[in-house]
Amino acid sequence: MPEKKYLIFLGCVIPYRLASYEISARKVLEKLGIELVEMPTFNCCGYPMDAINHDLMITLAARNLCVAEQQNLNILTLCNGCFSILNETNKMLKEDKKLREEVNKRLKEMGMEFKGTIEVKHLVHVLVEDVGFEKMKDAVKKPLNDLSVAQHSGCHLVRPAKYVGHGDDPENPTLLKNLIRLTGAQCLDYMDETECCGNPIIGVNEEVPFQMAKEKLDHVRAVKAQALITVCPFCHMMFDLNQPRIERAFNEKFGIPVLHYSQLLGLAMGFSPEELGLNELRVKPIELLSQVH
Amino acid sequence: MSETQEHVPSVIKAEEMDPKFKYKMSKMHGAEKIMLCFQCGTCTADCPIARFSDFYRPRKIARMVQLGLKDRLLSDEALWLCSSCFTCVDHCPQGVEIAGIVRVLRNLSVKEKGTMPLVYRELASNLLKGGYVYEIIESRHKKRVEFGLPPLPKPNLEEIAKIFKVTGSLDMLENVKTFEKVKS
Repeated sequence: MPEKKYLIFLGCVIPYRLASYEISARKVLEKLGIELVEMPTFNCCGYPMDAINHDLMITLAARNLCVAEQQNLNILTLCNGCFSILNETNKMLKEDKKLREEVNKRLKEMGMEFKGTIEVKHLVHVLVEDVGFEKMKDAVKKPLNDLSVAQHSGCHLVRPAKYVGHGDDPENPTLLKNLIRLTGAQCLDYMDETECCGNPIIGVNEEVPFQMAKEKLDHVRAVKAQALITVCPFCHMMFDLNQPRIERAFNEKFGIPVLHYSQLLGLAMGFSPEELGLNELRVKPIELLSQVH
Repeated sequence: MSETQEHVPSVIKAEEMDPKFKYKMSKMHGAEKIMLCFQCGTCTADCPIARFSDFYRPRKIARMVQLGLKDRLLSDEALWLCSSCFTCVDHCPQGVEIAGIVRVLRNLSVKEKGTMPLVYRELASNLLKGGYVYEIIESRHKKRVEFGLPPLPKPNLEEIAKIFKVTGSLDMLENVKTFEKVKS
């Protein structure tokens, strides 16, 4: 029997490019007793629209929240961006009566009303708060004791602190680190762990994000981490999909595999690399896998 | 021409300044605390973009808002370099939400100058056409079946179009002029 039920909000990046995150997340969540229900109807969370029209963003987000309210289910997101926007909008609409009235006026056009009855959580929060460390540790069948990795929590899992909640420290995030450590792997500290991946501005400028990501990969390499672990598809794209381009731009070879946390956890739970979509990664984790199996 | 560039004219003419601009800004969600900025420079010092850009300086943006240099700000393409990491928001000792101010300025520049980076128009038109900001091509749907993933949730395009309409976004997209890349 599933202990907890969530409406899974995939966002846009995962369906577009990162099935490996979804595949692995569904596998581990099912085994950990979290039941996922599909969104009956969907639109983008609204995040990319905030820059051009804040009202458009809020209304798009609010519509998704209303869909979840109608299902009477909390939302689980895999993407930091979706989490940030849906969670922030949910809290703003719950707290700000005037804003809620304004947005509800717009939602009325589609027969919807924001009531403020659900919560929004990221995968990390569901694992930490609903499954819990003890149960997760019990589920680890093949501890990854020989692995040393580094983490990138990403900005929108922890900032802005005013809205995020869930108790992580934005200046020194530890939720993901602790989740990594329970797999048996070491989680190494490195320089500037909280720096942004740069991907949100890649559509208007490539130079700056490439320099930001290159510096991150430099720091990860400096501590000899065998992989970088992410929990956001957008950050993942920057470090994995774009890694060959970054290597070409700076004439350097990194070859650092970037795994979704759900893949790392899945390996520790005994799933095969194929079951977790590890062959879908751009930077192939060949050496890492040779130490796991 | 970017006004946060180093060669910004050092002389600001009195007639360029709109004394009411900061009050208008402070009524917008996210920019409420603009008047409290005392120019300490924490935002710029901790900004991951400012480290690699010659033009993007959040402290300067805050000061320009206080000075009412509206036209310069709204024509400044460097506004689009903020990655919305919210480091400035979390670090500001005065509680000024700098990233919120930048977002308000971007919204205003779209509305009043009628321009935005091309990528945003593309994302918005994908969203209108298919519910996702990226076009999900047929092969992706087929791959989901191979991977044993459930079908993607369907968008309600009629309602999405309504949301665009009631927020004034349809007209905005129709008339907007776009630019491609922003210099860093």
